[in-house]
Amino acid sequence: MSQQMRTPLKTAKGWGSAKSGTHHFWVQRLTALALIPLTLWLCFGIASLPSMGYADFVAWMKTPYSAIMMIMTIIAVFYHYALGLQVIIEDYVSDHGKRTAAIIATYFFSIIVAVTGIFSVLHIAFGA
Amino acid sequence: MAWNDRRPMSPHLQIYKMPLTAMLSVGHRGTGAVLGAGGLLIVWLLASAAGGEAAYATAHGFVTSWFGILVLFGFTFSLYLHFFNGIRHLFWDIGKGFELEDTQKSAKLAFGATLAMTVLTWLVAW
Repeated sequence: MSQQMRTPLKTAKGWGSAKSGTHHFWVQRLTALALIPLTLWLCFGIASLPSMGYADFVAWMKTPYSAIMMIMTIIAVFYHYALGLQVIIEDYVSDHGKRTAAIIATYFFSIIVAVTGIFSVLHIAFGA
Repeated sequence: MAWNDRRPMSPHLQIYKMPLTAMLSVGHRGTGAVLGAGGLLIVWLLASAAGGEAAYATAHGFVTSWFGILVLFGFTFSLYLHFFNGIRHLFWDIGKGFELEDTQKSAKLAFGATLAMTVLTWLVAW
C-alpha cells in the first residue's frame, strides 16, 4: 500500500527525508581529504606566527605558493567547519526554529570570516 | 545488604572511566567546534596584516604574549587531534578498522601521533 504512494521520481532521486541525499556526507569527506595536506602546512605556519614580525608575515603571504595555500585552506576549513557545526546543531537543538536560525547563523558566520580572510590574503599578495 | 544482582549495569557518567576511544569520539567533536575560533584567529592576523603595520602589531602582540602562545599551542594540538582522528574516520568510511581491537589500536596511534606532531611542529618552527 505505502509502496504505491511513492512516485517513481522520488525513488530515482533517492533523496529521502533529509532532502539533499548524501551531499552533506560527501562534501564533508571531500573537504576532509583536501585538508590532509593543507592542515599539515597550516600547523607549521601557526607555530611560526610568534616569530613573524610584520615584514616577515607580509613577505610570507606575498609568495604565490603561500597565498594560494592559505586561500585553499580558508575555503576548505570554513566549508568543513560549517558542515560539522551544522551536524552538532542538528544533534542538540531540537526546536525547529532555533535549529534553522543556528544553522543559518553558522553558514553566514563561516562565509563572512572566510571571505574576509581571502580578501586579506589577496590584499597582501597584490598590495603594497 | 550485599549486591547480588548479576545483571550487567549500564555505566554511570560520573563514575564511569571513559575508554580512550570514547574520549577521542567526544574530543573530535569538541576540537571541531573549538577550531572555528582558531580559524577566526588566523583571519584576524591576516586582516590585521592587510590593514598595515600598526594593526598587525596589535594582533602580533597577542600572539607573542604567554596567553597567546598557549592559545596557539592548544590550537595546533586540537588541529592535530582532529587531523589524526579524522583520518581514522576516513578509514572507517571505506569500511576498514571497525573491529574493537583495531579501534583501540588506532586510537592509541592517533593520540600518540597528535602529541608527537604537536611537539615536533613547535620544535621545528620555533
